[in-house]
Amino acid sequence: MRKMWKGNHAIAEAAMRAGCQFYAGYPITPQTEVSEYLSYRMPELGRRFLQAENEMAAVYMIFGAYACGMRSMTSSSGPGFSLKQEGIAYLCANNYPAVLVNVQRWGPGLGTLDSSQTDYLRDTRGGGNGDYRVIVYAPNSIQETVDLMYNAFDVAEKYRNPVEILSEAALGQMMEPVEFPPFKERTEDLGWTFDGTDRPHGRIDNPQKPDALRAKVAAITANEQRWENYRVEDADYVFVAFGLPSRTCRNAVDQLREQGVKVGLIRPITVWPFPYKAFEEIPDTVKGVISVESTDAGQLIEDVALAVKKMCPGNVPVYGLFSGQKIPKTKEIVAFFGGVRSGETKEVF
Amino acid sequence: MAVLKKTPTMVSIPNHFCPGCGHGILNRLIAEVIEEKGYEKKTIMTLGVGCSCNMNASWNGDKIQCAHGRGAATATGVKIARPDLLSIAYQGDGDAYVIGLAETLNAAYRNEPITVFVINNNNFAMTGGQMSWTTMPGQVTTTSVHGRDPALTGMPIRVPEFAATFPDVAYVARGSVHSAKEINRLRGYVKNAIEAQLNGEGYALVEVLCQCPTNWGMSVEKSIKWMEEEVAPYYTLGELKGRRK
Ligand SMILES: Cc1ncc(C[n+]2csc(CCOP(=O)(O)OP(=O)(O)O)c2C)c(N)n1
Ligand code: SF4
Ligand SMILES: [Mg+2]
Repeated sequence: MRKMWKGNHAIAEAAMRAGCQFYAGYPITPQTEVSEYLSYRMPELGRRFLQAENEMAAVYMIFGAYACGMRSMTSSSGPGFSLKQEGIAYLCANNYPAVLVNVQRWGPGLGTLDSSQTDYLRDTRGGGNGDYRVIVYAPNSIQETVDLMYNAFDVAEKYRNPVEILSEAALGQMMEPVEFPPFKERTEDLGWTFDGTDRPHGRIDNPQKPDALRAKVAAITANEQRWENYRVEDADYVFVAFGLPSRTCRNAVDQLREQGVKVGLIRPITVWPFPYKAFEEIPDTVKGVISVESTDAGQLIEDVALAVKKMCPGNVPVYGLFSGQKIPKTKEIVAFFGGVRSGETKEVF
Repeated sequence: MAVLKKTPTMVSIPNHFCPGCGHGILNRLIAEVIEEKGYEKKTIMTLGVGCSCNMNASWNGDKIQCAHGRGAATATGVKIARPDLLSIAYQGDGDAYVIGLAETLNAAYRNEPITVFVINNNNFAMTGGQMSWTTMPGQVTTTSVHGRDPALTGMPIRVPEFAATFPDVAYVARGSVHSAKEINRLRGYVKNAIEAQLNGEGYALVEVLCQCPTNWGMSVEKSIKWMEEEVAPYYTLGELKGRRK
């Protein structure tokens, strides 16, 4: 039965259903409810919750626990998630799985508590030192958040790579009806984990590392792209939006379609790997692609432009609606589209 | 009568430490106690970043290389995942007391059931001998070329003394490798620190004064003398918090 759940509580409960045995984190708005919920829920289930001294310590606790194969996760926001980057790079350097949650708040530094997508580029590019990628899911509803979290540990363990759920302040704070999947548990030994016996850990040393990373990236890119296309097949203009802006964007598509304008929406669900395959559906006659995002100066648009270059013939212009620290309203998107159509608004790429 | 002692299997004789370095002595003592307890296949060693990284080549047991300063946090995670195993963090003074001071003290404060060994060689050895919080007043390092000036940089830090004040902590001691007598004493501290974890008593910390002839720019003999005369009087040796019997 579907029940009303707050986004941050739901993601935490979904992690429990997915078999998470250990959580470490440090409070920061707007993700604190994840920690608060788990602080009582995990002991109730006989699992371990730990309030760490800071976000770095939390990620290294996860690092140590997942090295030993325990399903573990951490969550944060804003500057707290920045502090985790060194640890995420270490997870990737060692090919350890992990599940990470970033409930984005707006801006660099302390920023504000506003809902935004301003961590997009960092989180899809690795974020710390060295060459690596984290698999990043960007849900646009609480039910989808739950469903993605339910698979996150399996995917992280399959590729021996961290998986991140890229949430947004409003998605963490709002309530929606949710149905939870049943509890599951991974009981089998992953084979490579630390158990004291000094068995092989599947460590990849130089000079094999670059090849190993290329192979991993190729496999993830081939298998894990996820997206939702809406009315793209005959569109003259295609919006691209993920997370909460994709919801207002979809409304804008409906409104414009009612006026007889052929528009569609590509909604990336994985933002890394970026769903290039979604762009295959765009007709060759397309006149423009529009990135709609809660950033200040444009981040998602860089991936959109690359995808358009690769997937669309000719030099299709790419426009950007950047709404800063708020979710773009439907009417703002429709108005922006008017500018694109009339030629008043210039393309970014 | 000469007593023939076998080198424990967990340490390999060829290693990457400099000749005359004190690290190897502590490695061996830890290995001896682990073997005595029958924990060779039930120990996970978390290595900090510093000359302890050399143990990746010479420590014959499960080991996780973590980031600089994050040994206590990583070893905490290991222990949470595997409470049945011995979780040891092996770190340098820079690792545990400078960049990782927060993790070290917070793990002690929460009384995480881990065992932490800190090699205090009064400098950042791995990176070529920079000043550490443990560098002695007047000690020349590559970032205190005229000798450490405590008026500008503080007096050498004494973390075990502070850790020992946390009420729940199981065991805290400071030993040294500068003489046979001290090595013998240190063996007892190592044993207590490992037993404390195996008996579920809580957090244990052993700091070990250790010569670094390479970066001190001294012969081994001179290093030993300096430790005896300058370092040990400031860094009081002995148990700072004994086990509750
Ligand atoms: C985040 C980070 N900062 C700096 C370094 C460089 N670094 C490596 S070892 C080290 C100092 C090690 O000193 P200590 O912990 O005392 O170990 P020792 O080599 O003296 O045994 C530093 C600064 C690093 N590896 N990571
Ligand atoms: S640099 Fe110093 S601490 Fe490091 S191995 Fe050499 S002597 Fe030992
Ligand atoms: Mg040192």
